[in-house]
Amino acid sequence: MTDVAEPLRAGAIGPSHWDDLSIRVRRSAEFVAIPLFALVVSALLFSVFLFALGKSPLDFYSLVYRGGFGTAFSLQNTFQRSAPLILTALAVAVPARIGLVIIGGEGALVLGGFASAAIAIPLVLGKLPPIPTLLIMAVVGSFVGAVWIGIVGYLRYARGVNETISSLLMTYIGIAIMNFFVEGSLRDLTNPNKPSTMPIGDAYMIGKIPGTDVHWGLAVGIVLAILLHILLTRTTFGFAVRVSGGNPRAALAQGLPVGKLIVICCMIAGACAGLAGFFEVAAIQGRANASLAAGYGFTGILVAFLARHNPVAIIPVAILFGGIVASGGLIQRRMDLPDATVLVLQGLTFVVLLMSETLYGRFKIFQVKAAADRT
Amino acid sequence: MSVAQASAPAAAVAPMRALSIETIGMTKIFGSLVALEDVSIKVEPGTFHALLGENGAGKSTLVKCIMGFYSADKGQVLLNGQEVPIHNPRDARAHGIGMVYQHFTLVPSLTGAENLVISRADAPAIIDWKKEMASLETFLQRMPFRVPLDVPVSAMAAGEKQKLEILKLLYLDQHLLILDEPTSVLTPDEADEMLGLLRGMAKRKDITVIMITHKFREVTSFCDSVSVLRRGRLIGGGKVSDLSTEQMARMMIGDTQIREGAVRAARPPGETVMELAALYADDDEGLPALEQVNLKVHAGEIVGIAGVSGNGQSELVEVLSGQRELTDGRILIKQKPFEPKRDSFYRLKIFGLPEEPLKNATVPRMTVAENMAFRTFDKPPAAKLGWWLSPGPMRAKARELIARYRVKTPSPETAISDLSGGNVQRAVLARELSGDVDVLIVANPCFGLDFASVAEIRAQIMEQRNHGAAVLLVSEDLDEILELADRIAVMSGGTINYVAPVGETDRATIGKHMAGH
Repeated sequence: MTDVAEPLRAGAIGPSHWDDLSIRVRRSAEFVAIPLFALVVSALLFSVFLFALGKSPLDFYSLVYRGGFGTAFSLQNTFQRSAPLILTALAVAVPARIGLVIIGGEGALVLGGFASAAIAIPLVLGKLPPIPTLLIMAVVGSFVGAVWIGIVGYLRYARGVNETISSLLMTYIGIAIMNFFVEGSLRDLTNPNKPSTMPIGDAYMIGKIPGTDVHWGLAVGIVLAILLHILLTRTTFGFAVRVSGGNPRAALAQGLPVGKLIVICCMIAGACAGLAGFFEVAAIQGRANASLAAGYGFTGILVAFLARHNPVAIIPVAILFGGIVASGGLIQRRMDLPDATVLVLQGLTFVVLLMSETLYGRFKIFQVKAAADRT
Repeated sequence: MSVAQASAPAAAVAPMRALSIETIGMTKIFGSLVALEDVSIKVEPGTFHALLGENGAGKSTLVKCIMGFYSADKGQVLLNGQEVPIHNPRDARAHGIGMVYQHFTLVPSLTGAENLVISRADAPAIIDWKKEMASLETFLQRMPFRVPLDVPVSAMAAGEKQKLEILKLLYLDQHLLILDEPTSVLTPDEADEMLGLLRGMAKRKDITVIMITHKFREVTSFCDSVSVLRRGRLIGGGKVSDLSTEQMARMMIGDTQIREGAVRAARPPGETVMELAALYADDDEGLPALEQVNLKVHAGEIVGIAGVSGNGQSELVEVLSGQRELTDGRILIKQKPFEPKRDSFYRLKIFGLPEEPLKNATVPRMTVAENMAFRTFDKPPAAKLGWWLSPGPMRAKARELIARYRVKTPSPETAISDLSGGNVQRAVLARELSGDVDVLIVANPCFGLDFASVAEIRAQIMEQRNHGAAVLLVSEDLDEILELADRIAVMSGGTINYVAPVGETDRATIGKHMAGH
């Protein structure tokens, strides 16, 4: 390490811009290749599981393809389910950038959906036109979600409460709050079956994207993912978030308001999940009931981790998992497999994915040789 | 087997219990890095041997091979002339080789006696304390120094702890002691006392000592012989009495040229820039760490804060850099109350060089260019309209700083964690010192760096002072403070108990105040 006094070699100052580009491309290639590898490994492991049940993996994967992507109908079914997954995955990815592991998207989704259904009741009864009604529902839904996860962020920043545990536990509180109202004061008594809020009615349901059978949630999710990607990578806010997430001590020494940034990231996350709840109510269910807690919040965690918390990468991953979820029914009928089989696949993927974290930096082709002065 | 049984006959039979040790052709290769190449050293029984070398020279690798933490790729270890295979630390221990680490390995909540007894490999499941205490007493009577046995380690001073570490090795019947920079946690007095005791025991042929160090003062006053390593090779050595400090330094550094220390420009005393008024703060456990810290730092002055580590220095730096909240007191910068906010840092031109920069001043996985932009990313030209980031100007600025501060990196796009320690420090230096600096807060800036980098960094700090910056330098290295500071403040027990201009004080006075007197 006699680096200071040595005369500078030619090129030691820094190579050209093309080399910079190559470094960036190689690094991104690693982020694509390793999760793909993890997906393949988990598919193989899942095949072993199917063998053990006496089923053919080939049948299974061809059914996933047919049920999720094979026909125009199944593809639209997939997109339908991808919309909430994009939003709940964003609810994991944004806090992850500031170093938080938040797994309470399900709670924010349920409460956001419930709040938008609840606010709709007076608006629908008061005969407000559909578009302002839907806008108000969307704003209220995402606001409630933002406050919900914002509480998690505040507890983390002000009292040091572990955000993973608190967000998970708050999910159960959130579901309980919805059930309290849906089975109590806000229950629609004209519906004798499932306890629900009053339906908003067909006239108030959000429409489909023209020419498709897919609701607007997908488009909103994709646009939001791209916007958040820009926010995180191309703005000073995003830079401050990355510094705070990468090393809070260094961020404080630079005078960055780490606590404020944590709460803002959590509120963005909660707003995304709350919006997912709004779309479930306004586009699918038409009312708030226990069906809101369908597990999108939890599958979203897997989607975000597989996408390495990159908002744009979340879009294709969410569509893939939307397809797997969508094909669940077909698989159940054709292969006589239990409902939970798809959950086994998801869990397996998550475990393999977490293990694949150890592979980063181990493959030479993705690395750029550092100068030979490492000691 | 009780200790008394184990060691009493040995004492009676063998008057000379110190071991001799020899390594032959030790070689250790990590991947593409040759950490140790054909190193053969010989240490006579009952001598005090120093292993000198810069960081990364291979000193630690060598002793870790001897201790069995690493298995050497080539080479043998000879104890008393016999080749012994050492595959793991347990083997080393069985052969009577013990090691004192830089950081304590005692259990803080247990007493000295408890620490000694549980350290035995054969500690019984049920301990007969009466018997153990009696045998410990007889053991201590044969020792040249004592430590209180019934006090929890957490209540002991650093010097006592270090003595207990050494007692532990002797208690375990180990007669070749390897010490890894054992004095870094001690005051100068404590260090001298401990090394003197070890030297005395070596003289009586009770023990053989190998000490890793980079302090020449310790080598010349306490050691009999020395081996100097550089880049994994044995460069030279011999009797300390035959070598001058200059010769040893040249062996350590090689033909690398060291930048001349920046000259201290004579300056009239400037106005007070930073004033700390009765600062109080708690540590991570909520216990008081700072208690009424008062200090003034003037423009064009370096105030060095000396002290044994753990007396509140790191908390003070954290308070000043916004990483820890004050419980009471005020920080005044240019006569105005100071809040550690980004805007204030920028407006008042406050910068910092923290210790271990990779851990404290960078985001390891972000690129060199991004790390260099921490101070400027939200100002033009890196930011447009106040919020839109332009990576182009950011990279251009990084290229300029990389060239000016000679940061060795393959590209501005390399993750900063891929750089060597000296280059990370230089990248941080470039970020913090490339603009106008009015206040500079520095903590152990040279920790773990090689000579050349150390000289460079000290020169940079001195240059900032000469340009009129008020510099607060916190360092555990008293020599560094004596070299750089205009005034010296000593911190002990969370408060500053002594302030003096550097010309009007000396090592002994400072040492006394470091110990809290």
